[in-house]
Amino acid sequence: MFPPAPNPPVAPTQAKFGDKDLIRRSASTITPASPRQTEVAKLIDVSKCIGCKACQAACLEWNNLHEEIGTFNGTYTNPPDLTPASFTLMRFTEWVNPETDNLEWLIRKDGCMHCEDPGCLKACPAPGAIVQYSNGIVDFVHENCIGCGYCIKGCPFNIPRISKVDNKAYKCTLCSDRVAVGQWPACAKACPTQAIAFGTKAEMTKWAEGRITDLKSRGYKNAGLYDPPGVGGTHVMYVLQHADKPEIYAGLPNNPRISPVVEIWKGVTKYVGFGFIGLAAVAGVLHHLVAGANRVSAEDEANAEKLTGSDRS
Amino acid sequence: MTNSWTDIKNTDLVVIMGGNAAEAHPCGFKWVTEAKATRGAKLVVVDPRFTRSAAVADYYAPVRQGSDIAFLNGVINYCIQNNKVQWEYVKNFTNANYLVKDGFTYQDGLFTGYDAEKRDYNRSTWDYQIGPDGYAMVDDTLQNPRCVWNLLKEHVSIYTPDMVSRITGTPKDKFLKVCEMIGECSSPTKTMTSMYALGWTQHSKGSQNIRTMAMLQLILGNIGVRGGGMNALRGHSNIQGLTDIGLMSNLIPGYLTLATEREPDLATYMSTRGFKPLRPNQMSYWQNYKKFFVSFQKAMFGPAATAENSFAYDWLPKMDVPSYDILRAFELMKQGKMTAYFCQGFNPLQAFPNKAKLAEALGKLKLLVIMDPLETETARFWENHGIYNEADPAKIQTEVIQLPSTCFAEDEGALVNSGRWLQWHWPGGSPPGEAKSDVWIMSQITLRLRALYQKEGGAFPDPILNLTWNYKDPNEPTPSELAKEMNGYVVSDVADPNDPTKKLLEAGKQLSGFGVLRDDGSTACGNWIYSGSFTEAGNMMARRDNSDPGDTGAYSNWSFSWPANRRILYNRASADINGKPWDDTRKLLWWDGAKWTGYDIPDIAPASKPQDVGPFIMNPEGVSRLFARGMMREGPFPVHYEPFESPVANAIAPKVRGNPVARVFKDDFAQFAEVASPDFPYAATSYRLTEHFHYWTKNNHVNSVLQPEFFVEISEELAKEKGITNGGWVRVWSKRGSVLAKAYATKRIRPMTVDGKTVHIVGIPIHWGFVGAAKKGFGANVLTPFVGDANIETPEYKAFCVNIEASTGPAVA
Amino acid sequence: MTTPYDIEKGDGVHKGHPVTVDRYTLAARINHWITAISLILLALSGMALFHPKLFFLTVLFGGGQATRAIHPWIGVVLFFSFAGLFLRFWKANLWKSEDGTWLRRIRDVLAGHEERLPELGKYNAGQKFVFWGMSFLIIVLICSGFAVWDQYFYQFTTIPQKRVAILVHAMAAVAIICVWIIHVYAAIWVRGTIGAMTKGQVTGGWAWRHHRKWLRELVGKRTKGTPAE
Repeated sequence: MFPPAPNPPVAPTQAKFGDKDLIRRSASTITPASPRQTEVAKLIDVSKCIGCKACQAACLEWNNLHEEIGTFNGTYTNPPDLTPASFTLMRFTEWVNPETDNLEWLIRKDGCMHCEDPGCLKACPAPGAIVQYSNGIVDFVHENCIGCGYCIKGCPFNIPRISKVDNKAYKCTLCSDRVAVGQWPACAKACPTQAIAFGTKAEMTKWAEGRITDLKSRGYKNAGLYDPPGVGGTHVMYVLQHADKPEIYAGLPNNPRISPVVEIWKGVTKYVGFGFIGLAAVAGVLHHLVAGANRVSAEDEANAEKLTGSDRS
Repeated sequence: MTNSWTDIKNTDLVVIMGGNAAEAHPCGFKWVTEAKATRGAKLVVVDPRFTRSAAVADYYAPVRQGSDIAFLNGVINYCIQNNKVQWEYVKNFTNANYLVKDGFTYQDGLFTGYDAEKRDYNRSTWDYQIGPDGYAMVDDTLQNPRCVWNLLKEHVSIYTPDMVSRITGTPKDKFLKVCEMIGECSSPTKTMTSMYALGWTQHSKGSQNIRTMAMLQLILGNIGVRGGGMNALRGHSNIQGLTDIGLMSNLIPGYLTLATEREPDLATYMSTRGFKPLRPNQMSYWQNYKKFFVSFQKAMFGPAATAENSFAYDWLPKMDVPSYDILRAFELMKQGKMTAYFCQGFNPLQAFPNKAKLAEALGKLKLLVIMDPLETETARFWENHGIYNEADPAKIQTEVIQLPSTCFAEDEGALVNSGRWLQWHWPGGSPPGEAKSDVWIMSQITLRLRALYQKEGGAFPDPILNLTWNYKDPNEPTPSELAKEMNGYVVSDVADPNDPTKKLLEAGKQLSGFGVLRDDGSTACGNWIYSGSFTEAGNMMARRDNSDPGDTGAYSNWSFSWPANRRILYNRASADINGKPWDDTRKLLWWDGAKWTGYDIPDIAPASKPQDVGPFIMNPEGVSRLFARGMMREGPFPVHYEPFESPVANAIAPKVRGNPVARVFKDDFAQFAEVASPDFPYAATSYRLTEHFHYWTKNNHVNSVLQPEFFVEISEELAKEKGITNGGWVRVWSKRGSVLAKAYATKRIRPMTVDGKTVHIVGIPIHWGFVGAAKKGFGANVLTPFVGDANIETPEYKAFCVNIEASTGPAVA
Repeated sequence: MTTPYDIEKGDGVHKGHPVTVDRYTLAARINHWITAISLILLALSGMALFHPKLFFLTVLFGGGQATRAIHPWIGVVLFFSFAGLFLRFWKANLWKSEDGTWLRRIRDVLAGHEERLPELGKYNAGQKFVFWGMSFLIIVLICSGFAVWDQYFYQFTTIPQKRVAILVHAMAAVAIICVWIIHVYAAIWVRGTIGAMTKGQVTGGWAWRHHRKWLRELVGKRTKGTPAE
């Protein structure tokens, strides 16, 4: 058994990380904190998950979120999508394995993956609205958020949601407030089967290896760890029975990366765009220096007068 | 549970059938994932639906609801035919070698002695041949055709894989695959655990469902061993405590039974209860019955219970019927014979079958008292909630009194979990508003009733006036005071017979365990099986030492496990006849040459020689029973009976409808759909969902978010056939009522082929009602039939028949 | 006879020293300046969200949240305001053969050798380029803008569509700022032009020099309409 989640400290505890530990800050140039803290990770073992939604309930409770009571929509996935008040969501997929013709009920806990190279942060125009700590946690700082929704466009996993109430972006924080005082994220603490484990990224990767070996022994020959390199790896990882087909797990991207469109938008466009604008302005100034003003001459006025007959009046 | 939740980690094969542990017991299910992860255990799920448990299973086989006995008898037949039997165990620890009376036979679904008029058996032939020495006769060679083993072999022989598939709808190859996986566990070094719950109990033959698996487990040698056992997963956090403490109409604490009206005195009462051993050297623990009973009476009536008045035997009620179970209670209510009803911590309008009948019955009461922390449908049965509760308040004269009570998290006390652990807990918050603890409320009722009797007298004041009430604050006894009383204490000094100067027991001290109980009135004990839980050493239930020497999963210093802090029942069976553990890697107890030793408390006397005393000490045989004698009303061997409402006739006994000995009230029989009724062609079942706890959590916002609205589950095939869209509205109706629900057309339910006929399944979760935070909806009990298990009257919620059609949904106001 | 394509409502010539020419009505000028202010505000707020170095510009609008909220609304104002300009000016901005000649002689244009250019109507090809460029880009901007106006229109587009939209929006914004720079510079460089959008009038000499054909047409129209004194 993986060691169980620790109980909360009784005495007040100094936060283990904070502003001094940032390695990225949206729309800001900072010197990444050094040395880096040990990278943390949450490991979601889909093969152990029973879809009980304790994680969802714990998330709502810990973060004091008020999700609406919806309706039944022909699936156990409730609410039907992530919302500003649902940072995490169990997504249920009924998948018939074409190789065995057996039904598999794939249950994936969706939520922020805490990418090493976070697309949301890259897209964010508001200085300090999205930060990444040196332990890998990507956090939204709501007082700096302007609600533009660029993070939604930057995210390769379709995670952030903008609140209609305060027009700010919300997503899983990896319970940075809990982790800062040595606690596991609320979802991991609540998980009854340790389908969600938490620790250092190295520990989680190693733990996953054991799980993958077990799954392979049970006939899941493509079992594997989902830690996509396209985003530099993630700080939320999945153990999947069918790691060769992540898309069957309610559309988990096969090879997620920050969209090239976003890269162009936040990269070359920014520089080339201002280049063009600058060029246009400079061209004007230069032209004026070289060509001088285009003035109307007295002759022109005379011609006009002549044409209109003003000279005769 | 014979074992404990933590012990499940020791298993090699988990069979979840008649339950859905991942869905309904997610916290305990961690021990299944633990067994899978660390032991490489396999998980098999057999269920009509592909459940959340099936989602993490290694193998899933569908089975039609209500056909479990056919399936399991088929597995037993497979094991016998393929020599998948733990022979040493069967020969030494079961009654396989016992000879059965010659008059006992089985034919066409019925055993000897059936009386169709009474719906009951004369069970006199269902017993052993008794030899001249007064003991049961045995044949250790198993050659005698009248020995239990040969009768069993014959009995299950009709349950061939083809017949099983024909009855259950399980494809033959899947059935055989499950047989193969289970059969492997006949090895002494491989164990299987059975995890079941209401999927087996809520049938008109629920007890026999469980018994069939217990027999299979005995044949495989899996009872009393680590990672084995029959593990009933209890649904409420303290429902195990409820049965332990005897909150049934016919029980008193510790599984002692109330007297019947044919037992006018203590001697007659005791004559059928203190079983004499049926084999030499056996403990037959019920021989101590009188000690438990007298000590209970002393706890109840203190000095007023004396040897002279047979320890106040007359002050206990005597039963005129087998039981006043819930179904009978509501029948009596409906007949106007029961006029006041106290409803403490439950919600019968949602929880019992046939809501229309329940509402009618409640409307005939003069007084209904509700003690509950929550607003319940029962408390509001008289209120009109449109289609969800079409009551007419003007026509209901029942006076309803709601007494708000505290919730578990606001109380101190012990909860008994499925593994029989009494875990003490402390309040996490203060009760809101006027809420009072159940103890306070009941104390007030008791004290005020007593005052009335003192003032006004009454027909029979003795039991009320003589009830002991020695609490520091009579208005509200503390949980510790009550727990100490249940553990028991010494009433008067008992001298050591060998040295009269010494005291064996000293008056006023807490008892160390039920071993010291006496039948002379010198000890008092509220519940003998809890004795040892609150001793002179303190509150054993409050222990929180989670060390586990040997990594056995026993956790013996965590809380208290009844009986006697024993973690695995029948644990002597974990070793062979010579006291050597079956599996060296999974040792539990062993004979060290002089005594039994190991990781658990032996259930036989530590010095009893291995070859002498059998492990099943509660049976006068000392062994377990493959042949149940007269203990089960349907018969000594399990037989497949169809549910009372079934889409097909019984393939093995076409003339037998339902369980032939189940009690059915006259009016209710008229409300059953005919067998294979074209009006109600679909096989329905009801069940729970992880997101909710019964009818409580719909009062909670978060739970209501996670599963907001009533729905029913059907196969994609049936949806297509009936023009039902996924997520659209449907109407579902049985002969008793009609509901509107959202439809979930799912791949997790598939049509089955039963007896050559396609049977569609309709799944109905139970969690919605007309009060609470979630969307208003119907309870599944609007549809379910009013019939219970033949032995213990658990209602048949799991198998009934309905019809279904697409609907436009409720009219929008 | 029909009115020449490039004569707009209110265009007219007044004799005098110098001759004055009515180029824009008061309504057209108000319309223009609403458009101009909108465009400038959009450029400022847009650039604040486009480049972190310019995020400080959000203070002009009351902070980041306000900037984000107000930018699309200004866009709507711009769109309708420009639509007004479009209806006023589109006809005079139709492409004519002399525009081709003008373009081929762009060196002379830039050097100020207008005597080497053909006589032009109310707008030269450069102005027409600005007009059509603005028209096209504003359509692109309003469409792509709606696609990323998540506060009200989130559900109408997919995220990949939003990504393309926001890239297009950014590129179109750059383009329109460049067009705007050309527009403003041209107005400054060609002295006497700004008066057209402030007072509504230019001098006859200005019209003679830059839009002689238009001037001739106006004179002709006046001659026809009002007999010579």
